Amino acid sequence: MNIFDRMMSLDRRWVFLFLAVVCVITYIVDFQIPIRVESEVRTIHEFIDTLKPDEIVFIAIDYDPNALAELHPMCYAVMEHCFRKNLKVIITALSQNGPGMAEQAILDISDSLKLDREYNGILYEGREIRKGVDYAFLGYKPYFALVILGMGQNFRLPFPTDYYGTPLDSIPMMQGVQNYDQVACVVDLSAGNITDAWIAYGQGRFYFPLALGLTGVMGADYYPYLNSKQIFGLMAGLYGAAQYEELADNPGLAKDGMRIQVYAHLVIIFFILIGNIGYFMSRSEKKRQGR
Amino acid sequence: MRRQIPLALVFIFGVFMIFQYFVPHESSEWIYEFLLDWIYIIGIFALALGIWSLIRVSVAKIKTRKSGWGYPVITMAGLFLMILFGFTGYRDGSWGFHFMTAEGLSNPMFRNFFDYIMIPIQSTMFALLAFFIASAAYRAFRARNVLASLLLVAALVVMLRFNPYLGPFGTIIADTASWLLNVPNLAAKRAIIIGIGLGMVGTALKIILGIERGYMGKG
Repeated sequence: MNIFDRMMSLDRRWVFLFLAVVCVITYIVDFQIPIRVESEVRTIHEFIDTLKPDEIVFIAIDYDPNALAELHPMCYAVMEHCFRKNLKVIITALSQNGPGMAEQAILDISDSLKLDREYNGILYEGREIRKGVDYAFLGYKPYFALVILGMGQNFRLPFPTDYYGTPLDSIPMMQGVQNYDQVACVVDLSAGNITDAWIAYGQGRFYFPLALGLTGVMGADYYPYLNSKQIFGLMAGLYGAAQYEELADNPGLAKDGMRIQVYAHLVIIFFILIGNIGYFMSRSEKKRQGR
Repeated sequence: MRRQIPLALVFIFGVFMIFQYFVPHESSEWIYEFLLDWIYIIGIFALALGIWSLIRVSVAKIKTRKSGWGYPVITMAGLFLMILFGFTGYRDGSWGFHFMTAEGLSNPMFRNFFDYIMIPIQSTMFALLAFFIASAAYRAFRARNVLASLLLVAALVVMLRFNPYLGPFGTIIADTASWLLNVPNLAAKRAIIIGIGLGMVGTALKIILGIERGYMGKG
């Protein structure tokens, strides 16, 4: 076996080891990489940024811990942006493990909001967000398509009480809030086919502005909906979350993770090139030898 | 009769749901909401059936000491512990069993099991994908022919689109990636989505009209 054949058939454990070493080093060494913002993320930020205080943003946390690395930073960035702008937030979790993710995000963001922070040159004073006043967490219900359809008529149909058992009619911020008509936009953060239901049964039937936050591998599948204006924005993967953090001037988990992702991709590209160089050199050598 | 009744029910409710979608009348909405409640009720039975099935399979494996019988033990322990934590909570100064209320959600063990067991397990599984993707990309992305070369180039461009170390080429690659996603990708995806949509309508009609009977267990 010559050098080119070896380049083509490296033991995959070398790939694993090399990738692990690069990920660990880039995790330990602290540096930032510049983020290029794309229009599909900018539209979401601009939409939320131009809403007036007390308008309602609906955030659907439809992912489980397996998509945490990509979607949790998105959730943190969007939710904190909403609360800093004094918007009200309705939260649902239509995947089985979603309520745990939503609660974790609410708790962490509540802590962050207590501090004075300056974003894009504007000072936001720290404040305490209150359950039922600043946000309502409706929780989880099975059969997401039916829940999405039901909420189009009245949030009280699928969710007579919130996640903590409080009747929706007793929640101050839900007074006068019947359905999607009272919501400025829906941001669906999803790692599965719940997104399709939000597009078909939610936006398709009730015509509310819908933005999506998806895992990186799902991103390409939803560009047609962006083009047809069924969604007004799209954040895909850690890069999408990093772009939102960049726009909100609130660097967090995504911008921190991007340096690892960029170098991990470079490792993958390096191995792809090694494999292809080996393939072409090996092929030309075989041709030269008349095989 | 055993075949005709289900077929008739599917036809009646299928046709009703089609027409209901276009009728915004109060009574139509009321029936629709009533039917939605029925779906939840049927779903609860399915959940009970699923749990019973899981318990039966797990207990059988544990009893017969089949290989890997330790895993069902952990499954059962997880299932019953989470149910226990979910139904026990603190109210009126004492701990108690609360079946119909949400006190269990404030049980710290319910939260801790999710935060420190569920999240790390699932995140770890997902993180491992990076290694398999790297290995698969190394083996699969070979420029063996024109189509494979196109796939390879597209993959490289999309992967490099947020790389900040490409200088003036960075913008060109980002624009190319954006074009790839918004033009060829969009065209292919739109064709697939329309095809799937038409297929779904066709299948639904076949079920409603009783042509497709696979859901009854025997074609």
